[in-house]
Amino acid sequence: MSTTTGVGAPIRRKEDDRLLRGRGRFVGDVALPGMRELAFVRSPVAHARIRAIEVPPDHAGAVFTGADLAGDGVRAIRAASGLPGFKVSEQPALAIDKVRFVGEPVAVCVADTRAEAEDIAAAVFVDYDELPVNVDMLEAVKPGAPRVHEHWPDNVILETRTGGDLSAVAATAAVRVSRTIRTARQCMVPLEGKGVVAHRDRQAEQLVLTTSTQIPHIVRAGLAECLGLDQGAIRIVPPDIGGGFGWKGLLQPEEVVAAWLALRLDTPVRWTEDRREHLVAAANAREHHYEITAYADARGRLLGIEADALVDAGAYSVYPFTACLEAAQIGSILPGPYDFPHYRCRTVSVATNKPPLVPFRGVARTGVCFAMEQMIDAVAAAVGREALEVRLENLVRPEQMPFDNVTGKHFDSGDYPESVRRAAAAIGVEGVRERRARGEPDGRLVGVGFATYCEQAAHGTAVYHGWGIPMVPGHEQAHARITPDGGLELRVGVQSHGQSMETTFAQVAHEVLGIPVDRIKLVHGDTALTPYSTGTWGSRSMVMAGGAVATACRRLAERVRRIGGHLLQVPAGDTTLADGCVRAGAASVTVREVAHTWYRAPQRLPADVDPGGLEVTAGYKPGSDHGTFSYATHAAVVAVDPELGSVEILDYVVVEDAGTMVNPMVVDGQIYGGVAQGIGTALYERMPYDAEGQPLASTFMDYLIPGFTEVPHVRILHMHTPSPYTEFGVKGIGEGGAIAPPAALCNAINDALAPRGATVTDAPMTPEVILEALRRAGGPA
Amino acid sequence: MKAADFDYAAPRTLDDALALLARDDGAARPVAGSQSLGPMLNLRLAQPGLLVDITRIPELRDIAVDGDALVVGACVTHARLEDGGYPDPTGGVPARVAAGIAYRAVRNRGTIGGSLAHADPAADWVAALTALGADVIVAGPHGRRSVAMADFIVGAFETDLRPGEIIAAVRIPALSERARWGYVKVCRKTGEFSHATGAVLADPGRGVARCVVAAASGRPVVLDDPRLLADAAARDAAVAARLGGDPAAIRPHLVALRRAVAQVTP
Repeated sequence: MSTTTGVGAPIRRKEDDRLLRGRGRFVGDVALPGMRELAFVRSPVAHARIRAIEVPPDHAGAVFTGADLAGDGVRAIRAASGLPGFKVSEQPALAIDKVRFVGEPVAVCVADTRAEAEDIAAAVFVDYDELPVNVDMLEAVKPGAPRVHEHWPDNVILETRTGGDLSAVAATAAVRVSRTIRTARQCMVPLEGKGVVAHRDRQAEQLVLTTSTQIPHIVRAGLAECLGLDQGAIRIVPPDIGGGFGWKGLLQPEEVVAAWLALRLDTPVRWTEDRREHLVAAANAREHHYEITAYADARGRLLGIEADALVDAGAYSVYPFTACLEAAQIGSILPGPYDFPHYRCRTVSVATNKPPLVPFRGVARTGVCFAMEQMIDAVAAAVGREALEVRLENLVRPEQMPFDNVTGKHFDSGDYPESVRRAAAAIGVEGVRERRARGEPDGRLVGVGFATYCEQAAHGTAVYHGWGIPMVPGHEQAHARITPDGGLELRVGVQSHGQSMETTFAQVAHEVLGIPVDRIKLVHGDTALTPYSTGTWGSRSMVMAGGAVATACRRLAERVRRIGGHLLQVPAGDTTLADGCVRAGAASVTVREVAHTWYRAPQRLPADVDPGGLEVTAGYKPGSDHGTFSYATHAAVVAVDPELGSVEILDYVVVEDAGTMVNPMVVDGQIYGGVAQGIGTALYERMPYDAEGQPLASTFMDYLIPGFTEVPHVRILHMHTPSPYTEFGVKGIGEGGAIAPPAALCNAINDALAPRGATVTDAPMTPEVILEALRRAGGPA
Repeated sequence: MKAADFDYAAPRTLDDALALLARDDGAARPVAGSQSLGPMLNLRLAQPGLLVDITRIPELRDIAVDGDALVVGACVTHARLEDGGYPDPTGGVPARVAAGIAYRAVRNRGTIGGSLAHADPAADWVAALTALGADVIVAGPHGRRSVAMADFIVGAFETDLRPGEIIAAVRIPALSERARWGYVKVCRKTGEFSHATGAVLADPGRGVARCVVAAASGRPVVLDDPRLLADAAARDAAVAARLGGDPAAIRPHLVALRRAVAQVTP
């Protein structure tokens, strides 16, 4: 850390003054003259042919259907993958001929208020001819299952195979352990739902979307394809955003509809997703099913893993990530941070009559970690050793770094076993063992569990190009401009939706240029003002856009020193730039004076000054294109009530290595929030469906998320292994907190249940799941 | 979602409220704290033509001691009961129950009368007032009547209220100094509705030994047999016989009641 506000400083967030006082500007705060509100008619059935849509005569002109969009040439959302065998779906923004999940938009209604638009929606009659439904992915892959897309031969979107034959290992391994493991379908539940305002800007001759998105430039590209417009005819301007987690990392059908309507009606329109719409039509994350077998030697040293993994990808392929991102990743990341020689994994992305699967914070890793960490504990149990010891012996070791694992993942740095040792010390394993031996006065069962993961972040071109999806990240760019009064403007195409970028990017720039953090202004997201970017996803913004900001600022620094050197009458090479001053010996000139000279007194500049002046657009890629590898070990102590099946988290420790932290307080915040979401995955969150594909939770009464009292005080310990490949050695950490909690809590619960001989394998680990496990094991009565 | 169109009236007297509710189209509904009806309006599960807001009627907001009972007006909020500051011949039981209802934001607006009128089987007042042996004072077009809690709750979301009637107050009998109160809810998270509630009132001074099991599928189960406090097996059998169904499903109710009994057992 060079200063008290630069890289490494835990300064308070610049954006908090606005956000915490309720003075932000979200989609719901936007007011445009003549703006009308939209409500969608959504399918009440999971699979049906649309026979007819009847609009009462007095609402004619206020209701639009898929036929209206098609009539105007609006194309369906289409997100293909280049992986061999991938089946492409077409998702009309409003359903045409068929609906494929409950909540699918069928028609849009326009009125002056949302309530009136809903009145109209209630009056629209849609005649559905119901079809057999695919609710369970295990059934949907069987021959003869009803097909979600009738022109496909089956419901397999994509099947992938990784690795080779394990029969030799299977024949000789001392230990073989198999498990069936399942994670539930979840909603992402950002504080603010999805929302969009669309209007036509006559002066700019542009369609403008004020939309709650993580990926403005990608939304523009997708929207241009659907509407048949030049990208230059569209501007995406994200407002403040109340969380995304992936739900805002795609082109939404509602965005297409709103954009088209704003042009067709020539009036501003707004749609704001309400909580019921979110729960019913956006239950779209995490649903994995594993059949997994681990082979080990008699000490528990892993010899091989083989797995069949199915992912319920829902009805359509989302733009740009497609329907196979989750499953295809499983094949390559299932081994996690473990070093073993033999591996086979088959993955299947299955189409069902549920909302399209969307990458959710942790993308595939949460399920993978849940599966793999259960196997480590299962192997330990099979060989009669402490899970902690077996985990330590199988993790990649620091002396192996950089390390290419069994699937070719390139681990950049770190000491994974040390994170386990520190977590074990912090959680007090010995104390928990003693407490267990004593027993609890209230009869509850106490257990301790661990989970270790690696988080590949800031995936580069090398990772993405092979997938052939509509988006491949290349160089990330940032624009930096010193203002005439010596301040700094930064422009980046990533979009903060809670990541504190207004603060952390200013810290990066301050580190290089010495301009005070409060004089640095971040412009982000707006496609008219910022460089192209694939956006904020995959824990990439600090590595990629932060790296670009640093690069741009370094170029600016050279120019500042050149002008400063001229003013000081020394060669630029004899100057330094620190604390906002160009110095040469005892003489100095401030950046502010340099800026004044460039903009206001160019007559004082040397003849050979860089005509680019004090603004720079610079591109950046890390030294390795494979992404950074942050990692952590989570440790949890739980008390399980064997009579009720309830779980209390008594203690929770995170030991993580984010490399260099630009702002440790922001990193901690990411971890706290991620752990809270992970606890939701572990213990509470599940969208149940009935046999007809009806989602059974439409309010927070039925869809439980952890609240203030369900999230314990999380103790975070940091390790610091800078990445050898990135600016300052930073690593992406945005998703990590949400990856390990289901695994750590599952292992803790199973440790608690071990004396009763019970094991849980499915998330969420609800009272019913735990009581059922106890029943199978012979108790409770 | 947004509520369907409705009219709104906020009468200042009980008579005015009853007159509004007597509209013969049946489309008028009383509303107090709106913690249950509000979401139902927004989800369009309820679409009344007229909402009669009864929270501005002074007599419905009183808390008073009347003889040997605490009388709580229908529009008294859970938060007011929680916060105390009123004479309470029941030794603080209503304050304890109120403090456990949902979370403070709900308690600030939700009312005791609204909760009873909604008659969610999982509601705290449905369980607690049944165990306390309270009476519901009902006001209607034909005057007032008093209904014992055990008779007031007819089933899940069903009460003894007749068209045009509203709850005016709840009358909670005083407890003796020897009274003990046990109350256990099984909730998956703070603020969530109970999945199983056990309530026990043991008041030797008044000869009461009552076990209540609530938050099942219908009206609360009331067991007025002092022997059941000491005999767990008989108690479980009695509850199981009344609840019926899958042993796994009734298990949380047995556990909740057992733990509530433990609270009253010295």
